[in-house]
Amino acid sequence: MEHAAVIEMTSIRKAQHAAVIRSFLLVFPLVGYLIVFFVAPLCLVLLYSFYSPEVSRAFPLTSQQIDRWQGPDIPDSDTYLALAADLLNPESEFLVGEAARRLNYEISGFRTVISRTKRNLAAADISNPAALKEEVIRADPHWGEVRYWAAFKRATSTVTPYYFLAALDLEVNGTGGISPVPEDRRIFVSTFLRSIWIAATVTLICLVLGYPLAYALISLRPEFSALLMFSVLLPFWTSLLVRTTAWIVVLSQEGIINSLLTGAAIVDAPLNLVFNRTGVFITMVHVLLPFMVLPILSVMRGVSSTYMKASSSLGAHPVRGFLSVYLPLTMPGIGAGCMMTFIIAVGYYVTPLLVGGGGDNMISYFIAFYTNETINWGMAAAIGLILLATVLVLYASLGKLIGVSKIVGLN
Amino acid sequence: MKLHHGLYIYGAAMMVFLVGPILAIVPISFSGSGFLSYPISDLTLRWYARALQPVPWLTALKNSLIVASGTTVLATVLGTLAALGLTQSASRARSALLAFIVSPMIVPSVVSGVGMFFLFARMGLNASYAGLILAHTVLGTPFVVVTVAATLQNFDRNLLRAASSLGASPVVAFFTVTLPIISSGVIAGALFAFVISLDEIIVALFIGGPAHRTLPRQMFDGIRDNIDPSILAMSTLLILATVALVLALAFISRVQSRLRSTVQE
Repeated sequence: MEHAAVIEMTSIRKAQHAAVIRSFLLVFPLVGYLIVFFVAPLCLVLLYSFYSPEVSRAFPLTSQQIDRWQGPDIPDSDTYLALAADLLNPESEFLVGEAARRLNYEISGFRTVISRTKRNLAAADISNPAALKEEVIRADPHWGEVRYWAAFKRATSTVTPYYFLAALDLEVNGTGGISPVPEDRRIFVSTFLRSIWIAATVTLICLVLGYPLAYALISLRPEFSALLMFSVLLPFWTSLLVRTTAWIVVLSQEGIINSLLTGAAIVDAPLNLVFNRTGVFITMVHVLLPFMVLPILSVMRGVSSTYMKASSSLGAHPVRGFLSVYLPLTMPGIGAGCMMTFIIAVGYYVTPLLVGGGGDNMISYFIAFYTNETINWGMAAAIGLILLATVLVLYASLGKLIGVSKIVGLN
Repeated sequence: MKLHHGLYIYGAAMMVFLVGPILAIVPISFSGSGFLSYPISDLTLRWYARALQPVPWLTALKNSLIVASGTTVLATVLGTLAALGLTQSASRARSALLAFIVSPMIVPSVVSGVGMFFLFARMGLNASYAGLILAHTVLGTPFVVVTVAATLQNFDRNLLRAASSLGASPVVAFFTVTLPIISSGVIAGALFAFVISLDEIIVALFIGGPAHRTLPRQMFDGIRDNIDPSILAMSTLLILATVALVLALAFISRVQSRLRSTVQE
């Protein structure tokens, strides 16, 4: 008898074991796929944000020499010898170009110093190693400045804080400390703050519009609310670019809104509704409203109407009943909707670019700009990583608070 | 009662806000004047003729359809398998796995796009159909997983025990029992993946090449340049397709709920 029970227990355990293996095998292809095509790309973003081997790769000999140099005087003649050898190495032509770009981030104008030195050294007489130091300084006098050598030494390190600092409007100054960049170059922090501000405003507008909309969806006549639901889902599924086009056309100076307003003599001259912040707000609210409404709706559906009846039978005024009963019960939906809307809004790229004015760029703009236009991958990676960290912190806290299953609408 | 009247008025106002601008561009796409404004002078199909020219619109549409089809197949297979596995796994592991699987929905597309651009630069996949399909699958699969998992929540696992007691192997049971019952969820998930790929612009801006210009990319360039009425004609065609899609999804969910009530009976 006892024996049979043991056998049964083992077979149950075996079956459970098999089920675990089976579920693992089913989930594994997707998990593996995401590791290769989603996690690995994000790891590369992380890597490129601090890894910068360009200078040590293009100037191997100089890097070795400069490693021993401590200042405060300019380096010894061996270093100059190494510099000339590295610069004139015909195999490192392309690498030197990349390194010059990297050095230019340290001191603006360094790129020209490199190319000028290379050109002049190629033409100069460098047969005498003893006179080479003077020859290099003659090729470009900046090599006589400690500041340039300090920047060079900093850039030979394969790990650099440069991109992160730059993304926060900071730089390493001449004395090795960290200080803010000059005022006219401070663009990233304000753009981050602007992104957060725009996303928060859009989220708030979506909440104010979306909460009553969700309530209307569950409480009005079925035929009406079906039509209303269709109105929420149609834009949700419509191409983002179609919606953007539609708003540009509708909001433009000759557009339908301005025609109606001037036609009804509400305003004298057409309003500027697009290619500015107003246009960004209107379009983003339109695009993101469903992301607010749908989570709130799914929570509202689960709140029984008997609670409100109970509160009113206990003598509570409807407003009091709403504030102390209904609102708290629908809070998870509000939390999920707000977080979702904010997370999507803060990384927005296409809408601000197309309907915003010149000063309305959000932080994503710079990521695309540095990747596609100036090919400064390190900068794109560092800004991207800061944006990613912001979003992940919110996602994690939201997941803790509400649970991921709830956020995506699974029970 | 008063609150209800207010809600009807509010609901009607929101309908105008949500659908109005989208519908407002439809008549303009038939306008002969070439201006993007009302009133409409004489009607013409000129812009539709232009939108249906092979270059640039139909080529872009073809590229988009190739990428979206590839994405749909890959995302549906990976997503359905994962959803099946998730519903069978222990609840602790499940929530962690789910959090990981849906994270592409959370990470800003610009950041994923840059990362994929870096990776694909190493793999030689930038500016190729394969690259676009692989990238769009990452973005579309979470939606398949969520949709199929939602359907599986109502799936009675006793049916599988019944199948197995009648001698069906798990694979046979999947194709003859599970798949027919969850098919509405799988189809809805597949549509989701298809639409996400068809509408995806940001990653396509990073990794797409000139020879693989997709429809959103073409529209993006058109809008940045100067909106031409043929963009409105193409938009109108897309709106029509979207209406059909929303109705199809409503039909699927109705079939699904009818099926559920029959199963429960």
